[in-house]
Amino acid sequence: MSKGDTAPRRSASKAASKRVGSTPEPEYVQLLTPDGERVEHPDYSVDFSDEELRGLYRDLVTVRALDAEATALQRQGELGIWASLLGQEAAQVGSGRALRTQDMAFPTYREHGVLYCRGIDPIMPLSLFRGVDQGGWDPIAHKFNMYTIVIGAQTLHATGYAMGIKLDGKVGTDDGEAVIAYFGDGATSQGDVNEAFIWASVYNSPLVFFCQNNQYAISEPVERQMRIPLYQRASGFGFPGVRVDGNDVLACYAVTRAALDAARLGQGPTLIEAYTYRMGAHTTSDDPTRYRDTAELESWKAKDPISRVKALLEREGLADEAFFAEVAVDARAQANHLRERVLSMPDPQPASMFDHVYAESSPLVEAQRAQFQAYAASFEGGH
Amino acid sequence: MGTETLTLGKAINTGLRRAMERDDKVILMGEDIGKLGGVFRITDGLQKDFGDDRVIDTPLAEAGIVGTAIGLALRGYRPVCEIQFDGFVYPAYDQIVCQVAKMRYRSLGKVSLPMVIRIPFGGGIGAVEHHSESPEAYFAHTAGLKVVACSNPEDAHFMIQQAIAGDDPVIFFEPKRRYWEKGQVDVTAELESAYPLHKSRLVRSGSDATLVAYGPMVRTAMDAASAAAEEGRELEVIDLRSISPLDMEPIFESVRKTGRLVVVHEAPSNVGMGAEIAARVSEECFYSLEAPVLRVTGYDTPYPASRLEEEFLPDLDRVLDAVDRSFGW
Ligand SMILES: Cc1ncc(C[n+]2csc(CCOP(=O)(O)OP(=O)(O)O)c2C)c(N)n1
Repeated sequence: MSKGDTAPRRSASKAASKRVGSTPEPEYVQLLTPDGERVEHPDYSVDFSDEELRGLYRDLVTVRALDAEATALQRQGELGIWASLLGQEAAQVGSGRALRTQDMAFPTYREHGVLYCRGIDPIMPLSLFRGVDQGGWDPIAHKFNMYTIVIGAQTLHATGYAMGIKLDGKVGTDDGEAVIAYFGDGATSQGDVNEAFIWASVYNSPLVFFCQNNQYAISEPVERQMRIPLYQRASGFGFPGVRVDGNDVLACYAVTRAALDAARLGQGPTLIEAYTYRMGAHTTSDDPTRYRDTAELESWKAKDPISRVKALLEREGLADEAFFAEVAVDARAQANHLRERVLSMPDPQPASMFDHVYAESSPLVEAQRAQFQAYAASFEGGH
Repeated sequence: MGTETLTLGKAINTGLRRAMERDDKVILMGEDIGKLGGVFRITDGLQKDFGDDRVIDTPLAEAGIVGTAIGLALRGYRPVCEIQFDGFVYPAYDQIVCQVAKMRYRSLGKVSLPMVIRIPFGGGIGAVEHHSESPEAYFAHTAGLKVVACSNPEDAHFMIQQAIAGDDPVIFFEPKRRYWEKGQVDVTAELESAYPLHKSRLVRSGSDATLVAYGPMVRTAMDAASAAAEEGRELEVIDLRSISPLDMEPIFESVRKTGRLVVVHEAPSNVGMGAEIAARVSEECFYSLEAPVLRVTGYDTPYPASRLEEEFLPDLDRVLDAVDRSFGW
């Protein structure tokens, strides 16, 4: 993936902060319109090759297909719950592809698209939602931390990790490291997130706060979390905030890449508000028809993150029907493969619940493990 | 031998210094711990010698202190957080019980959080509210955390180093009313030769009844044992040292010998450590017991105004009274 141009950083927030309050079409950084037309922005641009543009399209389609498969698996009782990313593919693939290998990401429970971009086997989060384990990928090896369910907690972990990068002297150079912390609009009400803002600012940490404003925290609209546009919060903490069209993968990439580069060069944190929409339910346990209407949903459908990249590829003659068909077939194949693997996922060994509580063993846990094993063995066919 | 007479506070300070010299990944973080050396001066002089990258004055936010320490630990550091007072650990409680305690489990052992959270705890210093609490049971109840309390300078010096050197997160309780009490510490002894962190310790032998205490109450229990000896009763005293995991074997052994057990702590009795110890002793030593296990604890009220703390806190007389009741059974 090529590197987007690094913009002079503070101007974007200035440009974006001309208007305050909620407006029907909020001002944000956009490089690709819903119709698939490329637009210029004074501060941000990308220079993708044709192949890379097709690659982004493939990512978006694949991530959506895997997500849809997981939703279906939940409906069929194979997963306990699923948190779908439908509608947020561009925000996740754009920011995820902007990360360099050495960068570290701290996700919530919905960042399946970023996980995919980090090269982690997409089966991984399904074991969490199936209840087999609580994740299981190696967070340090993949530079992608475990999912965090408690809202906002991971922003502090990201901040501490970023402080560590600085202590290690890994900032200020082009091959420096940076951190990205993902969270939702609801999370911005949490104390932890506000403490993370303070810490990151005070220690000038190499950190990008990436908020996907998908307009709802379960049923509560964004107006229940704040009175000013979210990205403007950053100025109160002393670092820049930028709002980007979260359904525009090119803009998400460009803005995130610029913020990460600024961070790795020692210029401190940035808050990115990716203005997007959660098209599905919050999780499969949710009933969004109770709190939002069809007209709203329809208006966002017109801004779909995938169809606009498709329109771009068609408009500029970068892909033909054969390509789109091949991508669709490949995504379906990956989804089918995912399904097979979920269905054949073994249940964990019961006594494994006693594993990994401590690094050094604990007499209490070991005594209970022994008791449990003796008890289980007392049944025929016991473990 | 480099034995010195140190206060408990200074013994921790020296232990922190040795841990920082041993491993440059050890960093301290907390409110006022730099120039000031902490409100109890436990980190006195450390920022001067190790720099403000290793002794970090943080913003005033406890969730932030613990939450960022998690990130630093993920990055390969060994953060030692200071919570200024027991009553201010609650804003960080979520980070401790939901994140610190569970990261290893959640990651199937792929992630270690070698971090220590130091908390000056307990009463007896005449402070205003939120400055005298004993919250150990909250943490002992959470799997994934190790919880310890030191009671004397020698232990304090080595236990803090052991807590830092281990790969598990440790909640490290320091008995603030004992910070100024002095004892002999061999400051040059190797860490490997130190008494194991998670073992309880027999601190006085006796045959008539057993007292179990930890942290600030060990001194009180010892004083009670001396007073009892004058009256012809020999009390055995065990310093728990580790609150989680509990080292119960020495307690069982002692109870099998004495037949009587009194557990002493400052924290309220309801669902406290005394309840846990009593339950386990009744499971293991039922036929050895001459009397029910008794508890001498703080009352089940919020910590009272300081002019009442002498009534609230277990003292020598309340301990002796419980011993009498045990014999009266
Ligand atoms: C501290 C905490 N409180 C409540 C919940 C329950 N909960 C789970 S997701 C959620 C809404 C989160 O909204 P937002 O931060 O906007 O993220 P989104 O899921 O929309 O991406 C809530 C209330 C939680 N997980 N953590």
